[in-house]
Amino acid sequence: MSDVALEVRDLVKSFSLDGATINAVDQVSFQVKFGEFVALVGPSGSGKTTMLSILAALLTPTSGQVLIDGQDLSKMSEKERVKLRREKIGFTFQSNNLIPYLSARENVEFMLRLNGKLDHASRIRSDELLARLGLAERLHNLPAQMSGGQQQRVAIARALIHNPALVLADEPTASLDTERAFQVVETFANLIHENGRAGIIVTHDLRMCQFVDRVLQMQDGKLVRVYETKKEIKDLVSAAVH
Amino acid sequence: MNSIFIATYLALKEVIRNRGRFLMVALVIALITVLVLFIAALGEGLSDANRQYVANLDAQLIVFLEKSDYSITASRLETNTVKAVRRLEGVADAGPIYTSNSEIVSLPEPLKISMLGVEAEKPGMPPLVDGRYFRGGEAREAVMDMSVAQRTGLQIGDEIEIRSTQGTEDEFYKLKIVGLVDKQAYFFQPTIFVPAATWELMRPQPEADLNSDTPYPNIVAVKLEDPTQVEAMKLLLVERVPNIEVADIETTINNIPGYTAQQGTVQTQAVFTLLIGILVIGGFFQIQILQKVPQIGVLKAIGSSNYVVGLSAVIQIIIVTAMGVGIGATLNYLFSLGLPPTIPLAFNGTRSLFAIVLLLFIGPLGGLVSIIYAVRIEPLKALRLG
Repeated sequence: MSDVALEVRDLVKSFSLDGATINAVDQVSFQVKFGEFVALVGPSGSGKTTMLSILAALLTPTSGQVLIDGQDLSKMSEKERVKLRREKIGFTFQSNNLIPYLSARENVEFMLRLNGKLDHASRIRSDELLARLGLAERLHNLPAQMSGGQQQRVAIARALIHNPALVLADEPTASLDTERAFQVVETFANLIHENGRAGIIVTHDLRMCQFVDRVLQMQDGKLVRVYETKKEIKDLVSAAVH
Repeated sequence: MNSIFIATYLALKEVIRNRGRFLMVALVIALITVLVLFIAALGEGLSDANRQYVANLDAQLIVFLEKSDYSITASRLETNTVKAVRRLEGVADAGPIYTSNSEIVSLPEPLKISMLGVEAEKPGMPPLVDGRYFRGGEAREAVMDMSVAQRTGLQIGDEIEIRSTQGTEDEFYKLKIVGLVDKQAYFFQPTIFVPAATWELMRPQPEADLNSDTPYPNIVAVKLEDPTQVEAMKLLLVERVPNIEVADIETTINNIPGYTAQQGTVQTQAVFTLLIGILVIGGFFQIQILQKVPQIGVLKAIGSSNYVVGLSAVIQIIIVTAMGVGIGATLNYLFSLGLPPTIPLAFNGTRSLFAIVLLLFIGPLGGLVSIIYAVRIEPLKALRLG
């Protein structure tokens, strides 16, 4: 098995707006390896969300290729894409993450249920993961009975429980205060590394980049800069703090 | 298989966790059910009260006076018509029926009744459930319908007094009840049966009729030797017997004054109530789906198929509808136990069953738009609406 979890080649997504064609994603190429946590940053309108939607197999690109765990998205039917999302991708969204009528435990177990993998062993794993995220006391709470941070942590557990190749997090800290946001992203990073998944976090908050291995910066649909070394990332973060 | 299981799981979890909301809708459906079933029972009850006697006749054809347009009240036949009909080949038996209204006054509260003159053991006289037939001639004896007994508490052996306006005078006659029949209401009134000669004597009549003792039957009930030969016998009767027209039982019922109009009204009400039910359920589920767009987006984004989402919506609608119809039907049953016999409601008809089946269908029908909407929600909404 290749150590590349996600490969993006010459990706383009164009929209037409008032007759003019706009490239929301413009000739983007990159790779993410298993066990690697990557941040996708950029100002609003830079194409981050469009990028994420394509990676999540929710949006079809105009041209270019996306390979998740070696599978080419462009060659898939809608049905196959649904299956891919279920098996190979884990998600957390900005908000409305959880199914409101399922408890914390049920939300996580639902992912296993969807994949037909809910059994005694996986139930224990699910409870352990929630405990690891500090939610041992919250297993039976409904989303409405939990804080935003707790909900995000449940969503992280749901995104990881079925061992997907790729974990996508869309602005997971948008509704959290700074301290909670740091906690959430740090735990997320640790779990990605421990479990050897490929993680991509989309954020406009550059301070979150201190927990990632690489930062991809987008602007006007293009990948304008990649911060790879610890020093580059540290400089980026401290520039954001000051 | 797994999809059906997941859809059921989601549907049940949502209903249980939001039981208050779903129960409210189920109660609305229950009320609609009660209403629909009441209307159905009313239709059945009214139609029973109107046609029971005619519908239960042991006859296939009814003979009317020519050009009476199959109206029992407008028809008055020559006395020898019965004999002419009986003589005809293919006719097993025939009995004259004399109709009029009367009033039992020997009760704390007078009861208006249909007084029917018939010949014992001929078509027109229903089978006894108790007692004996009246004797012939001018015997002052009567057989009453169960509906009379239920309303008045009268029993076999009791004597009743009836009042009849004849000419300008009110005349009173005493009758002894000797027998009991069941399910013989006619023209919205409980019925008593008397011999033809007694009927002629006691019926309300104008001055001019008082001089004649000859009873003229309104109609003749004809029992055929071969009940499948209705059409052929109809033609034969009209050809051989002068001054008559002939109808089958169904035509006769439909021509009972007001019968068709009344049933039309009741059916229109039932249809509109069902339409309201469809709108209520459709409205509720549509609003619910609109509120659930982001969460359905999430469900789809994390890999639930359209099939699971759609099926889950269908299951929910079925659960809520079945609950509502169940509660409604139970309430209705309880109501029906406590109703006095004077209210023309009949719950035991196939109509009630038909209405229940129909009600179970209106849920999914009303929710159809919302189900289609749910299936069409794009998973992208999970990201964009966030």
